Amino acid sequence: MSKEMLNIALPKGRLGEKVYSMFEKAGYECPSIHEKNRKLIFENEEKGVRYFWVKPSDVAIYVERGAADIGVAGKDILNEYEPNVYELLDLNTGICKMMVAAPANFHDDKSRTLRVATKFVNVARTYYASKSRDIDIIKLNGSIEIAPILGLSDVIVDIVETGTTLRENNLKVYEDIFPISARLISNKSSFQFKTSQIEDLVEAMKVQVDRK
Amino acid sequence: MIDESILKAEEKAVYNLRSLYARYGYQPYKMSKFEEYDLYARNKDFLVSDGIISFTDTNGKLMALKPDVTLSILKNSKDVPHCTQRVYYNENVYRISGDTHQFKEIMQTGLECIGIIDFFNTTEVLKLAARSLETLSPNYVLEISHMGILNALLEEEDAGDRFNEEITSCLDEKNPHELSRICRKYQVSDTLREKLLEFVHIYGERHQVLRDLDAFCDTVPLIAAKEELQRISDVFDETPYSDKVRFDFSLVNDMKYYNGIVFQGFIAGIPEVVLTGGQYDRLLSRMGRKSSGLGFAIYLDLLDYLHQDPRDYDVDVVVLYNDDTQREALEKAVEGLRSEGETVSVQREIPGHLNFRKLMNFNGEEIVPYE
Repeated sequence: MSKEMLNIALPKGRLGEKVYSMFEKAGYECPSIHEKNRKLIFENEEKGVRYFWVKPSDVAIYVERGAADIGVAGKDILNEYEPNVYELLDLNTGICKMMVAAPANFHDDKSRTLRVATKFVNVARTYYASKSRDIDIIKLNGSIEIAPILGLSDVIVDIVETGTTLRENNLKVYEDIFPISARLISNKSSFQFKTSQIEDLVEAMKVQVDRK
Repeated sequence: MIDESILKAEEKAVYNLRSLYARYGYQPYKMSKFEEYDLYARNKDFLVSDGIISFTDTNGKLMALKPDVTLSILKNSKDVPHCTQRVYYNENVYRISGDTHQFKEIMQTGLECIGIIDFFNTTEVLKLAARSLETLSPNYVLEISHMGILNALLEEEDAGDRFNEEITSCLDEKNPHELSRICRKYQVSDTLREKLLEFVHIYGERHQVLRDLDAFCDTVPLIAAKEELQRISDVFDETPYSDKVRFDFSLVNDMKYYNGIVFQGFIAGIPEVVLTGGQYDRLLSRMGRKSSGLGFAIYLDLLDYLHQDPRDYDVDVVVLYNDDTQREALEKAVEGLRSEGETVSVQREIPGHLNFRKLMNFNGEEIVPYE
């Protein structure tokens, strides 16, 4: 029986490109991906892989619903959406942190409700619930950093890579929530029917992670 | 006589599964759509999803649209010494769907075996699970795990409920890196951490898993659980579907309710678990019962994934008639078409909303192609 294709969802953008080069070095290359065009799906029949670029926050949905057998998603996305998937490998790239940031002079007055601006509603809710802290969540879709400056919120829950944006906006990290890196995830059903293909790929990627 | 071609996949499945379970002496079990809310509030963690649709009954009692069938069956059954009750059901349940966070009606069929659960009953239920999956598709996998192994491992060091929950969630994700991080966070011994890490990678072909477990099982409860798995594997060696049945310890269920064997089934082309089951003696004991219980449920609405070819036509033939048409003559002519196996819709004008293969006209005497 000929090998079935392995569908791989990659996050569009810098992280996706970094991760694709790991797949390439691991022996799962797909040269047509480097062609300059607007195609979103690329395949290499010989290697048995089909890649497609999707919005980073959608990777988990593609994998959970089985449109992709495996995919690469940041731990931030996985903790926010909590998809029912296998998380097979930490790719140790795209490293950053989920944290609480606040203006440099922030003092947490625990007698009042804390106003939290964030893109990560579920992460923020879970974190503050674990601390039994009453919060008012303000869901934003971008430029989270200006929320406390304009008095929209007391703190923000967001991703920090280098901290430059925070510093430039006179904010500082108040608390760490969890470390983030890119993870290789798999659909649970696909894993049962393409077990050896997925295991081989994970092994090959593990070698790339260890080499870094 | 049933025309199978018009049955939907889940209707066919229900028909075949009922006949399978009846042959094994399982009795049909019919229950009300509603149940007292209190039953679920008391056993909240047993439910797959958190949300329950509740309403107040005419007598002021808080009721719920049932999110689960097993609890209702257990509530209404009684312990009968030395006896095993076998029931099957086909019911709709109401749950919040994981990805859309909306309530969803789910068609569920399944069976429960309550009373004495010995090795014979265990293997009978496991075989019925495999045969149920086979009824739905030839390309399936039944995965079996044993809660006794994880329980025994975690009891070696009592690191607390929170640790157990987090480790269970890592196993469920086959997630070795988080597992390692959690072990460090809770400062458990290196021996336990290494054992758990090894445990994540034990899955797959039964004989290989049993060989891997040999080196792993060094305490009395671990050896007992492994021996039970060995005996189960021996039983499946004798079946034609032996290669479809695997062991996988990433399969874990809530330890407050389940003990012993737990299992789940997958079908190629369906991205979610189709069948889920296990032994739930701990649930029964929480309900003050002496019996043991073992059962499984199948989510039939997922069969939609297997039948994605849309029908080309809503009906084979549309027959047009007008005010002058005689009813008896029209009816007779259309009946002739139907007896040839065509599906026919009779209309006054060409229907815009219907897809049809042939458009015909009744000219007063016979049905002729429309011009």
